[in-house]
Amino acid sequence: MASNPKIIVIGGGLAGLSAVIKIAEMGGHVDLFSIVPVKRSHSVCAQGGINAAKNLKGEGDSTWQHFDDTVYGGDFLANQPPVKAMCDAAPGIIDLLDRMGVPFNRTPEGLLDFRRFGGTLFNRTAFAGATTGQQLLYALDEQVRRYESEGKVRKFEHWEFLSAVLDSNRVCRGICAMDLRSMEVRTFPAEAIIIATGGNGAIFGRSTNSVVCTGSAQSALYQQGCYYANGEFIQVHPTCIPGEDKLRLMSESARGEGGRVWVPKIPGDKRDPLSIPPDERWYFLEEWYPKYGNLVPRDIATRAIHKVVYEHNLGIDGKPMVYLDLTHIDRKILDRKLEGILEIYEKFVGDDPRDTPMKIFPGMHYTMGGLWVDFTQATNVPGIYAAGECEYQYHGANRLGANSLVSCIYGGFVAGPTALNYACNLKAAPGNGYFDIERKRQEENNATLMKSDGTENPFKLWRELGDLMTKNCTVIRYNKNLQETDAELCKLLERFRHINLSDRTLWANTSVVFARQLYNMLQLGRVIAQGAAMRDESRGAHYKPDFPERDDKNWLKTTKATFAPDADEPKFEFEPVDVSLIPPRPRRYDAVK
Amino acid sequence: MAEKKSVLLKIKRQPNPNVRPYWEEFELPWHPGMNVISSLMEIAANPVTREGKTTTPITYDSNCLEEVCGSCAMLINGRARMACSALVDKLEQPIRLEPFSKFPVVRDLAVDRSVLFENLKAVKAWVPIDGSYDLGSGPRMTMEEQEAAYPLSRCISCCCCMEACPQFNEDTGFVGAATISQVRLFNTHPTGAALKRERLAALMGDGGIQECGYAQNCVEVCPKDIPLTRSIAEVGGDVMKQAIGDLFRK
Ligand SMILES: Cc1cc2nc3c(=O)[nH]c(=O)nc-3n(C[C@H](O)[C@H](O)[C@H](O)COP(=O)(O)OP(=O)(O)OC[C@H]3O[C@@H](n4cnc5c(N)ncnc54)[C@H](O)[C@@H]3O)c2cc1C
Ligand code: SF4
Ligand code: SF4
Ligand code: FES
Repeated sequence: MASNPKIIVIGGGLAGLSAVIKIAEMGGHVDLFSIVPVKRSHSVCAQGGINAAKNLKGEGDSTWQHFDDTVYGGDFLANQPPVKAMCDAAPGIIDLLDRMGVPFNRTPEGLLDFRRFGGTLFNRTAFAGATTGQQLLYALDEQVRRYESEGKVRKFEHWEFLSAVLDSNRVCRGICAMDLRSMEVRTFPAEAIIIATGGNGAIFGRSTNSVVCTGSAQSALYQQGCYYANGEFIQVHPTCIPGEDKLRLMSESARGEGGRVWVPKIPGDKRDPLSIPPDERWYFLEEWYPKYGNLVPRDIATRAIHKVVYEHNLGIDGKPMVYLDLTHIDRKILDRKLEGILEIYEKFVGDDPRDTPMKIFPGMHYTMGGLWVDFTQATNVPGIYAAGECEYQYHGANRLGANSLVSCIYGGFVAGPTALNYACNLKAAPGNGYFDIERKRQEENNATLMKSDGTENPFKLWRELGDLMTKNCTVIRYNKNLQETDAELCKLLERFRHINLSDRTLWANTSVVFARQLYNMLQLGRVIAQGAAMRDESRGAHYKPDFPERDDKNWLKTTKATFAPDADEPKFEFEPVDVSLIPPRPRRYDAVK
Repeated sequence: MAEKKSVLLKIKRQPNPNVRPYWEEFELPWHPGMNVISSLMEIAANPVTREGKTTTPITYDSNCLEEVCGSCAMLINGRARMACSALVDKLEQPIRLEPFSKFPVVRDLAVDRSVLFENLKAVKAWVPIDGSYDLGSGPRMTMEEQEAAYPLSRCISCCCCMEACPQFNEDTGFVGAATISQVRLFNTHPTGAALKRERLAALMGDGGIQECGYAQNCVEVCPKDIPLTRSIAEVGGDVMKQAIGDLFRK
């Protein structure tokens, strides 16, 4: 029994920091690992807000309503008890964040203000300006810094988790990590570890996610024996600003204020958009959905744009994009109602959307699937816990806006205490030789990459991976294409063996780090593609034109992928969903927005 | 500017802290919407200099790519700014990229900025809550109070203000504008104010707020338009008051 247990937390986004705070408060010691300084984690990108049914607007909102909206929005794929527990805890979490000093927007009376978000009729979303995620992350970061100065938390920033250290009974005894500056590979013992490494947008090349959201850690653990659940569920946001480097979110409110989506009817039309006459523009949303026009629900807009670009081969200048046009709207109205989001477009594209139509395209946005966990956030490998976007538990087949931040914090708050409790009762390990074995295995991986003198550039392979996954594994899915994708992924894995790192130095070498992540992305890509191929139905974000209906009889099931090392590929099993609280009912895509 | 066919970059390279830096030039095909980070990504996919010499990808920090994580600060044409929001079309060419000059270089454009996080520890930049269990709602706050705190709370810890500050150097040991502004943020929070005395005390003496010469470079480079000179003036006044008070108490 460990009297002074050490917990390792990997990832310092909202989920990781929440876990750290609970453990430190309960007297445990934490080593916190993160690729980037934790204050620079991807959670800072969240703009919209965080949900909690505080019912401060006299609408009769309740945590049960929040629970029902979440389960319904997720198309009944989430196990219900943990979702209910999260919604019940949400109001208390908002209060805590408020006490920590988050500058939430206020009402005239000085109370917290709430706004409305997608998938609900209630004003349930608390927000801090247009940077809610940043403000929440800072509040948690400050509390962790406080514990750090008290010696309860040690930070290892610019360190990357490579793998778990498992003993001969497959019980986790610590981690193996790499210093991203000295490139030193080292093992760290711990009684339990918590994975909080975020989403996997980078598997799709460019996404709304941050650079380090590669899913590499989750993939490494999957390859070590953790289940990976519902990998095929990927949320695509309809209106993103395509960029050379990333896809930046363009809020739905642009369409709410009258923005019109169109595409030139002539493929490869190179004319200035404003000089294209109206009859040579295709307002496809207005044509296909005369009733809702540009304000069709998110998933329908996303699918329509995808279809125009990939099936009708239209776009802008031969590129996969369509116009979101505000130029017909009075400048004064635009300035008054949309200034903040128009500034983002101006800053990153350099054009003024008041003068020229914005170029937008759907973008990979959120990873619903992730490491399989039970209701206490424990994975199937003893000693490994997971919280945040890297696990699968709260959002089913589709996440509602502003529900992720609350699920990250809640998941961290559950994972911290349960991991600590487990650690306190852990029996001694059978020897400790496996630390050396794991370190050597990882050092050899690095050495192999360094020595490899093929011709493949990892950054170029990654672009191919992203194009492949975005084309076949996002919005519209066909079994033939999914099977081809898996075959292509195998080819990319084969080409990976002929990689050539243009950098072989042993100091802050980003090429070797990226190559390692790429390998893990390729492996996880197969889980996504194969999982999607198997699921012959349409549910939430997963849409197959050949199987357009939800099929509860066969598919009200969690997909669980395990890695079969000998075959070097995923194997699948399916687990019934716990629908003990709200019986599944049809989710109508064509009714209310 | 559609006639521009290529983009010229001059990048200061330094493989590790112990060797001398040198310059390399790159010529990339121009695309619409390029920024400095997307250019660096392109070099990674094809690490060849303008002269056709094979080289290593550039090491630099980045994460969010939307100017909110604070990672990608560097000197671009001599100015401290964020690389992800630096659009190529708005920059004079050749585009000169250098690491910050006042922080230890890790490699190429990546520097060690942990000093800011240490400073935040020293001034106790947090709200001292009793615990993370459910203790009811936080203090009431007017809209005006929220509107004053929020801009200060948007600091992304990029350190541009410190790089640009003439007083921020090894001789003075000056904490820099960002830390002072965070002191203002926490001192004005109803619960955060409990640590006000300690925070102000930490800003007294060498390296403290007195080092500031009010040159205002900080406010000009801050990518988040944080009212830094106002913060410095207010906190400076508070430090002064406290110092005088301490004098009389002795
Ligand atoms: C543009 C955008 C807007 C959004 N807006 C909202 C919103 O308004 N409301 C909402 O609820 N949700 C929103 N989301 C979703 C939400 O932001 C994320 O789901 C959430 O922040 C994820 O937090 P996390 O703690 O799980 O992980 P992250 O914040 O992604 O943190 C991951 C951490 O893990 C570390 N890490 C990763 N891999 C490793 C490794 N191998 N070794 C060591 N460390 C590692 C990273 O350094 C980082 O510290 C938005 C997402 C995007 C992209
Ligand atoms: S006002 Fe001038 S001296 Fe003071 S912090 Fe800003 S740049 Fe530095
Ligand atoms: S005050 Fe401004 S320049 Fe200074 S660290 Fe903060 S955001 Fe950067
Ligand atoms: S990458 Fe985050 S600020 Fe530039």
